[in-house]
Amino acid sequence: MANTPGPVQDIEFTLNGDPISRTTSSRQLLVHFLRDDLGLRGPKIGCDTGHCGACTVNYNGKVIKSCMTLAVQADGAEIDTVESLAGESGDLDDLQESFRENHALQCGYCTSGVLMSSKFLLERNPNPTAAEIREGIHGNLCRCTGYVNIVKAISAAAHGDKGLALIERLNREHAEEAGI
Amino acid sequence: MTAPTTDTVATTTWTGQSLPRKEDERLLKAQGSFVDDEGMHRQGYAQFVRSPYAHARIVSIDVSKAEALPGVITTLTGDEVKAMTEPLFQFAPKEDGAQMNEYLLAVDVARFQGDAVALVMAETREIARDAADLIEVDYDPLPVNTDGVKAADPDSYVLHDSLGDNIAWKGIFDWGDIDWALENADHVVKIDKLHFHRYSSTPIECNAVLVNWDPGTDMIRVVSNNQFPMFGALVIGPSMGVGIDQFDFVSQDIGGGFGIKINSYIAIGALALLSRKAGRPVKWTETRTEHHQAGGHGNERTFLDIEVPVMADGTMLGFKMRAFDDAGAYLHYEPLGAVIWSQVVPGPYKFKHVHVDYTETLTNKCPAVPNRGYSRMQHIWFVERVVDLVAQELGLDPVEVRRMNYVQPEDYPYTTPNGCVYDSGNLPGALDRVLEMIDYDAVKKLKEERAGSGKRIGIGIGTTLDSGTNNFGQSRILNPELPFSGNGEACTALLDLYGEVMLKLGTSPQGQGHETTASQVAADILGMSPENIRVWAGFDKSHSAYIGFSGTYASQFAVTGINAVIGAVNKLKAEIIEVAAHAFGVEQDQVELANGEARIIGNPEAAIPFIGIANMVLANNATLPHEMAERISLVCRHVYVPPFEVPDTEKKYGNLTLTYSTQTHAAVIEVDEETGKIEILDYAVVDDCGTRINPMVVEGQVHGATIHGIGAALRESFDYDEDGQLLTSNFLFYHAASATDVPNIKTDHIESPSPFTGTGAKGMGEGGGAPVHTLSSAIQDAIGPGRAIVDDSYNPPERVWRMLNWDGPAEERGVSVVSKNGGS
Repeated sequence: MANTPGPVQDIEFTLNGDPISRTTSSRQLLVHFLRDDLGLRGPKIGCDTGHCGACTVNYNGKVIKSCMTLAVQADGAEIDTVESLAGESGDLDDLQESFRENHALQCGYCTSGVLMSSKFLLERNPNPTAAEIREGIHGNLCRCTGYVNIVKAISAAAHGDKGLALIERLNREHAEEAGI
Repeated sequence: MTAPTTDTVATTTWTGQSLPRKEDERLLKAQGSFVDDEGMHRQGYAQFVRSPYAHARIVSIDVSKAEALPGVITTLTGDEVKAMTEPLFQFAPKEDGAQMNEYLLAVDVARFQGDAVALVMAETREIARDAADLIEVDYDPLPVNTDGVKAADPDSYVLHDSLGDNIAWKGIFDWGDIDWALENADHVVKIDKLHFHRYSSTPIECNAVLVNWDPGTDMIRVVSNNQFPMFGALVIGPSMGVGIDQFDFVSQDIGGGFGIKINSYIAIGALALLSRKAGRPVKWTETRTEHHQAGGHGNERTFLDIEVPVMADGTMLGFKMRAFDDAGAYLHYEPLGAVIWSQVVPGPYKFKHVHVDYTETLTNKCPAVPNRGYSRMQHIWFVERVVDLVAQELGLDPVEVRRMNYVQPEDYPYTTPNGCVYDSGNLPGALDRVLEMIDYDAVKKLKEERAGSGKRIGIGIGTTLDSGTNNFGQSRILNPELPFSGNGEACTALLDLYGEVMLKLGTSPQGQGHETTASQVAADILGMSPENIRVWAGFDKSHSAYIGFSGTYASQFAVTGINAVIGAVNKLKAEIIEVAAHAFGVEQDQVELANGEARIIGNPEAAIPFIGIANMVLANNATLPHEMAERISLVCRHVYVPPFEVPDTEKKYGNLTLTYSTQTHAAVIEVDEETGKIEILDYAVVDDCGTRINPMVVEGQVHGATIHGIGAALRESFDYDEDGQLLTSNFLFYHAASATDVPNIKTDHIESPSPFTGTGAKGMGEGGGAPVHTLSSAIQDAIGPGRAIVDDSYNPPERVWRMLNWDGPAEERGVSVVSKNGGS
């Protein structure tokens, strides 16, 4: 950062509950700032255009794509990344645990972003239908899971069911949605 | 050819359970390690300068302005690369020895949009990008060819002067007697042209490399997400004039690969040269646009002049056709695709007579590289299109035509016309089940009810094969002189100082759960919980077990990787038992392993925990006989080698793959007549990959492969304009499927254990591209007989609309039937 030509700016913000005070290059993207300057691994980079969602973070209570945001825009904000999910003990939270149980990740590259969007969805809508879940994560591309087990994991975290009952409920919901 | 056999043994208990994965906790907590999560002291950042032209002579490159920019470390051009390296190894030079001269950066000519012509390295990513813009390249545009069929014309403009033409490889594949079959068939169905389009599974993590050519040791440490590092080393080592021993390839977590990430070896080589020049480590993270333009595309194939002999009862005898594969501008892993399709010559059917006139050509497009379903998917799509068109044109039921032509359960092991041995399966059973899952009779009624409503129903079926554990001897069909055959994988199993069990694999997984499944089979052998077995995450050439085939590609871990684990762990078990038997003073057959202990059978009180065994061998060895202490190391390496022979390269005959998983798909779609838009109302898959080591992981692979295929069939295409400009170079234009774009997938399975793999398991990760076949089939069903045919694998709404509204003369439909009784 320090070697990048062009203007710089001092910023202060809250990251995962901790105060941060840094100088950033005015042209630096938030995702690069979080990764390169602050050493976070959660926000990932998968595209140039804001479509893949691997960089999704929570910004003042809303999910945003940190590759579409400049680091200077973090000034004064409260930002949470996937690193905020597991508790002090390091234990997985319920959503993360549901992802593990339901094999909702394979390579794990999109997972940080998917978790942030899912958490945001469940905060607003604790009881989503399969279609609402799909809508809630449609800004996050996953190329490994085909979304089947991601939908399952989010739905299970919300409804508390598992196994065959969970699969049959989701098959039913999808069939009703398709009108067949 | 006799069916192969094997002497490895099946395991029990942990194997077969849907255990949650060992990998997940670190990935869920963002504690995984992908390339861009890694760093090295004094690392710089690299940016490639890429050709904006699809074809142009490079008149000059001026790096002076870039090098004058503060923060720039160094630059590298094609001319410098040419001066310090040799052209890259080519699989199949022409008979007169002519071959293309490809270097790690383009030299003199850029041959596709995105071809790398120079590199710059700077202190930050941003400076590197600024500097790349300051490198002045003077291009002189050349004629552009983006058509893989026209490229074969003798008068087409030649991409590589040293080759003399644009033919990468060419060959006739002929088995059975197609002339007899065409002569004696009751009907010959003729199809003018079928085309399988270009796309990629586009992993979300693009290619990335962090490389340090250490000036002190001359070692080249490559942290990358390449999924087949040993292949990369074999190709770039000789070009760079370095020994394989100088390379240390490292990868931990890889953000998806799907075959595409085999291709990054070219970038690795160029970046290593940049690091050597700078005397510092360098990191490169590919942008999405670069990935789409230059990271590698799946194979595009055109099938022409197709003739299919069919008997009156619907028995299909085979086919004759010409195929053109468009390799793009350079041969990366290609022309292997020119023979790899022949693993599945008749698809899932008992076709006996096949004639293929095959040509692979070079065009001004991104190089084609393996992508999930590599080369076989294109071919089976062709076979499934043929089956559906035969059924439609002859007024037969596509379900019955499939059922009667399938290889039957009692036929296994089944030898195909070219000597491949299909190991096991139950295709009719899978078809019955998948039709039940979509409630076939009910949806047929629904189709009738909806007719005339403006929303048509189409029902599609796709059967496919996922051939796994390939015999690299098939490369000799391209070039009999190639020193490649067989296959294999390695594993090391060891006890550490305090008795800890560790496995090191030769694979470089991208989400396939190898740490988990390896620990499951090892746990069964050692009589302990998988939780207590550590599997080294990822690959590190400096200490992982490996052979020339090591990597994660081509649907084989369940066979090669798992059997390597079983072999290594069995050796470790034997050593543990020998040491324990010595300590107990009993015969070895009196000792068993359970709960992390060696104990005397029938006397669980007499037990030595693994820590005790490790102590005796590794830190207390004066207590052992000297001969035993020197012989036993508790570090056991095993290489699993599948039972292959070198194929007959003249006849192009031999067993090219060890296992054949099958997938049978069924789709119910609704087509909007006004817009051509397709909605998938129901989608079901029946998978048969033999014995499943971890069913949850298997189902996850099925889901992923299915959505790749659905995306490819309806949404995803690498389209070029006539100037060779890629029109879909990012996710705005390349419509990778999101959660709202694709349906729920219903899955079920049949288990037909492979008789050839010991465990009964088969490789299954690629999935065979069945949704592409299935959706072409469903769209054809919706359009109905006597109208346009689905002749392309890519069917976005605009194309579907055109087919629905096509009203041309019958002779322009692109399909016809000549019947023996005079009918046509």
